[in-house]
Parts: sequence; structure tokens; C-alpha cells
Amino acid sequence: MSAEITHLFVVSGLFAAVLSVIGIYCVLMTFNLIRALIGLEILIKAVTLLIIVAGHVTGHEALAQSLVITLIVIEAVMITVAVGIVLGIHSHTGSLDARNIRNLKG
Amino acid sequence: MYSCLVLAPFLGVIILNLPFRAIMRKAAFWLCLLILSAQICLALFPAALSRLCGINALGSFLQFDFTADSLTRLLLLCIGIVLFAVLFVQRYIAKEEARFFNFVSMLLLTLAGMNGAVMVRDIFSLYVFLEITAVGSFILIAFNDDADSFEGSFKYMVLSMVATVLMLASIALLLVVSGDTSFSALRSAIQSSPNKVLIDIALAIFLCACFIKAGLMPFHGWLPDVYSSAPASVSVLLAGIVTKTVGVYTLMRIVGSVFGFGGPIKNILLVVGALSVVLAAFAALGQNNFKRMLAYSSISQVGYIILGLGCGTALGAAGAMFHLFNHAMFKSLLFVNSAAVEHETGTRDMGKLSGLAQRMPLTGVTSILASLSAAGVPPLAGFWSKLLIIIALWMAGLHSYAVIAVLASILTLAYLLTMQRSVFFGELKGDLARVKESGFCMALPAVILAAITVGVGIAFPFVINIFISSVSGV
Amino acid sequence: MQIDIAILLALVSAALWSVMTRSLLRSAIGLAFTSVILTIIMFRMGSPLAAVFELSVCAGLISVLFVSTISLTHPLTAREVLQHMRERLARFWLLPVILIAVGIILCLVTIKPVIPLPPPEPIKDVRVMLWDIRKTDLLGQVIVLLTGVFGVVILFKERVKK
Repeated sequence: MSAEITHLFVVSGLFAAVLSVIGIYCVLMTFNLIRALIGLEILIKAVTLLIIVAGHVTGHEALAQSLVITLIVIEAVMITVAVGIVLGIHSHTGSLDARNIRNLKG
Repeated sequence: MYSCLVLAPFLGVIILNLPFRAIMRKAAFWLCLLILSAQICLALFPAALSRLCGINALGSFLQFDFTADSLTRLLLLCIGIVLFAVLFVQRYIAKEEARFFNFVSMLLLTLAGMNGAVMVRDIFSLYVFLEITAVGSFILIAFNDDADSFEGSFKYMVLSMVATVLMLASIALLLVVSGDTSFSALRSAIQSSPNKVLIDIALAIFLCACFIKAGLMPFHGWLPDVYSSAPASVSVLLAGIVTKTVGVYTLMRIVGSVFGFGGPIKNILLVVGALSVVLAAFAALGQNNFKRMLAYSSISQVGYIILGLGCGTALGAAGAMFHLFNHAMFKSLLFVNSAAVEHETGTRDMGKLSGLAQRMPLTGVTSILASLSAAGVPPLAGFWSKLLIIIALWMAGLHSYAVIAVLASILTLAYLLTMQRSVFFGELKGDLARVKESGFCMALPAVILAAITVGVGIAFPFVINIFISSVSGV
Repeated sequence: MQIDIAILLALVSAALWSVMTRSLLRSAIGLAFTSVILTIIMFRMGSPLAAVFELSVCAGLISVLFVSTISLTHPLTAREVLQHMRERLARFWLLPVILIAVGIILCLVTIKPVIPLPPPEPIKDVRVMLWDIRKTDLLGQVIVLLTGVFGVVILFKERVKK
């Protein structure tokens, strides 16, 4: 029983790692700011998966659920603020192209 | 009793936004000043105030787990002083009262976040309060409402969220090792657990998250852009305290209280610290923009703090904390002066400025003091903290790192004095003849910060035991 | 166990589709779909309350947020979309290749460690846990909500005034 559950943890951990690779690739390679936010969202989902599986494996499901509920609330606020800033960039430069926001390098 | 430091700013913002517009706009500045003064007093004299406070009688509903040991009190003091300077700088620069009112509300909420972050003893609550600080900083960076600030805010946001995800992944792995998230439970579980692989992976991921948040090499890419595109007072806030709280304090607390100073941790800290100190100092030599040079200088000085931590000895840790306090003081002072220069002359390009000391004597003098403290010239405070770190490195047998630290200190002197000479001394350029000295609200924080830098340096034997005692917290 | 692995595979493919698809709207819908599959995983792992939160907030609120943002910032014309799709494919074809390589490597790694687990928790009720033991997190959530809402109001108020 214990080996079965820890095997589940290792497998879920690997899948969470794969999901994070997808998220980071999306953030790095996209030219659109909104798609960068979607990549960040996928990263947060990977971490949520990791916390839930960690809670299930150790039997501390109540603690893991409290952590995930707090995490989801904070993530929603973050994405709201991020969308606000993206709309601000759009109203100033008129486009959402990530290549245009490179004028600070110098 | 320490929960007041988080609840007071929070309730203050709620009260400020009740519908009594006219009164509240005037009251905002004074309310913030009151809260910050209370925080500084509480940080310096905790025993005296605990007798005055009857807030403990408010019942068990408000029992949050905020505790404060000496490291926490040191950081509360830094937060109080730097935010005091930010408040005055923004008061001087702000053009409309409505915008200043919004700024003060956002500043109070960020204050609540930082206070909470340094006072909790639980790794997930630490994450929650760091997020509050982060959201507050994103809004404050974008406060200027031009394209550059929004761009800087977006960059900071992406990197900060990636670092947050790494921190959460580390927390999830630690949840499997121990069943709880508080520092004491984690520490005992890590010391007694046979899961070495999981703990090492969790530690590596957490260190990467802290390095990104603190802006150390090789994760420093966001820092010069964000510091130079933020509004002037927000640069003081970011450079003076936010990067230190969310990056360096988190590192100190987690490595000290949870993981313990093992062998590989020390080597990683030493290598990263040395890289930051040297590479950032070279990068700062070639900058034309005032603020970008100060940003690279920040990376270099934070590298010193990490070098001090990496020694693993109590002397190194004391030197690191003293340098943290000093860096908060002199870097805030340098950014306050850059805000004054930018406000009076309208430019940040060092090529266009020269001979300002004749028109702005106070700014020139305080800027010289801050630069000498940053470079480690006696008898200013920076000299003592760098000396402590170098002695700790030498005594721990890490001679090559000590030599690197000394050489980088000479580089620091070089670029800061170059900046001083080109901006403040020399011939006064024609179009700068109408520049006048900055007003009272800008000069006051500069004078206070300079006085602290000089005073702490001269009174070094008396204040050193504050920092030695804060080592016991780690 | 097999069902769990199948659901995890579905999760990864939904996320992959969300990243690789050409239009932003489909990306946002793909993100909502990923949230739904994550909710199913959470239910199977014995965390029903967190699953309900994830469903209502992530698959609901955040998708609405993304869709409204996408519609507020004007979308591209059809010809721009086609050219954009060709440019995207040139950059993004690497991703499935990387993933298949990573997947093969991970399948070959057959570690089955025996992780000694910590003792089970004394309190099983999420409500007691959230409201009594993790009270500081609740205070943090309230302050974050106030900060976020206030911040967005400030950002938009400034721009409307201009």
C-alpha cells in the first residue's frame, strides 16, 4: 500500500514537472502578453497539482486543501492585477506585442 | 501585540477610504506618519511599549501568530525608516492630492504585507504575505502611468510569479517530508528524516526562488530595468527594502531556521555572492543612466550580504545583517538624491549633468556620504560592516573570497566616485544654472538617512551588540 | 492507478493544446478545460472543497477575465491571423518534440522509492483547519483581496481621468 502511494506521488511529480516545462516554454517563447499570462497560469496549476498530491500521499488532506484554497484566492487576485497592467500597456502602446516592450534594455 | 503592526495599516486603509473625502485626504499623510513612527518605536523599544498596550485584552478572536525576535525587529526598523523616506519623497514630488492619497493607501497595504512577512513563523504564511507585498509593488511601480512603468511592472510581475511558483513547489515537497508547514515542525522533521533526496531538491528549488527575488546573478536580468523605470519614490522603496525583505530576509530565515547551514548551502551562497559582487561592479562601471548604475550597485552590495551569510560563522552572519541595515540606509539615500536631481533637472543622463554641487549643496554632501559608506571608507557605517564580512571570510579560511571582496570594494569606490565627480563636481553647465536646491520634504529624509549612516559608523561599538544579538534568531 | 495516469495524461494534453493553438480565445478556453481536468484529479485525491474552489474560480472567473481582456484588446484580422499562425508554428514546433523526449526519459527512470511518511494529522475537518489553525492565512487573504481590488481601481481611475 505504501509503495503504491509513493509511486503515485513520483508519477504525479513527473507530470507536474512536464506541465511546468510547458508553462515556462509558453512564457519564454510567446510574442503576446496575454499568452504569457496563460503560461503563468499553467505553472500555478502544476504547483496546485503537486500540493494536492502531497496532501493525499501523507494523509494530511485538510492542510493541503486549506493551502490550495488560499493559493487559488491569491492567484485570482494576481491574474486580475496582471490583466489590469496588460490593459494599461495596451492603452499606452496600442498593441500587445511582447517585442515592443523591449525598449528598456540599455 | 505585534499583530497591530499588520492590522493597523490594514484598518488605516479601510478608515481612509470611508466617504469623508476632504478630511481623509488631509489626514492620509499624518496617519501614515503616525503608523511608521509607532513601528520604529516598537522596533527599538519593545519592552517599554508592551506595558502601554492594552490590546492584548481584545480577546482570542484576534490571536494571530506573529512573533518577533531580534532579526525581525531589525527588519521592522529598516522597513519603518525606509518607508518614512518614501513617504516624504512622494509628498514632495506628487502634483495632485488625489494621487498622493492613493499612493499612501497602497503604501500602507505594502507595509502590512512586509510587516507580516517578517513576523510569521510558518512557511506558507510567509508566502501569503510576500504575495501581498508583491501585489502592492506591482501597482506602485505602475503608478506613474506611462509606458515605461507599465513595462517595468509587467517584467517584475512575470519574474516574481515564476519565483513564487518555485517557492510553492518547494513547500509541496517539504509537505511530504513533514506533515506541517511551521518552521519548528519543518526543522525537526528535516533533521530526523531519511528522505535526503527530496530535501535536497526542495532546498535547491527554494534557493533559486530566493535568488530570483533578491536579484542576484545569474537571475538579475529584471532588476536594472525595473529600478530605472519605476517612479522616483518607488525606486527608493524597491531598492531600500522590498528586494531585501522578499529575497534576502526569506533566504536568511529559511536557511537559518529550517534547513540549517550545511556544507553545500555554504558553497552555493559563496559562489553566487562572489559572482554578484564582481560582475555587477563591472557592469556598473559602464552605465550612463544614474538609476541603472545604482541598480547594478544594489546587486553588488546584496552579493556582499550573501557572502557574509555563506561563511557559516556567527561573525559572518552578524556582518551580513549589519550590511543589510547599512545598505537599506545608504542605498535609499542615494536613490532619494537621484530623485531630487531628477526632479530638479528633469534628466537621468549623467553625461548631461555636471557641477550640481554649486546649486544643490545639501544633495551633494549627502550623496558623498552615501557613496563613501557604500565603498567602505572609515569611519562611516559601511566600513564596519564590510570589515566584519571580510574578517569573517578570512577567519573561516576562505582567503580567496576575502581578497575578491576587498578588490570589489575598490571597484565600488571607483564607480561611485566617478558618478559623484561627473554629476556634482566640475563646471556648471549653462542650462543648469536655474536649478535650485530641493525643498524641505525632500531634504528631511536625506538628512536623516545621512545622519544615521554617520552616526551608526561613529557609534559602532555601542550598536554592534544589536546585530550580534540578532544572529541568535538565525 | 491506471485511471489516475490516464487523467494526468489528459491534463498534460489539454495544457499542450492550450499553448499550441493559434487563436488567443482558444487558448483561454483550453485553460478552462485544463482547470476542469485538474478538478477531477482533485476529487479523486480526496480534496472536494479545494476542487469546488478550483472549478468556480479558475474555470469560471479567470476564464471570464481572459475572454473579456481578449475582446477588449482588438483582435487581428483574418489575414494577420494566418501569417501569425505560420510564424508561431515556426517557433512552437519544438515544444512537443521536447515533451516527447522528456516523456521517454522519464519512463525509463524507474525509481520506486520508499518514502517514509510523517504521522497522520489529528484534525480532519477543513473548516476547523482553515478558520482556527491557519487564521494568519485568512488575514493574509483578506489583505490581498483589498490590495488587488484597490490597486486595479486606482489603475483604471487614473486612466479614465486622463
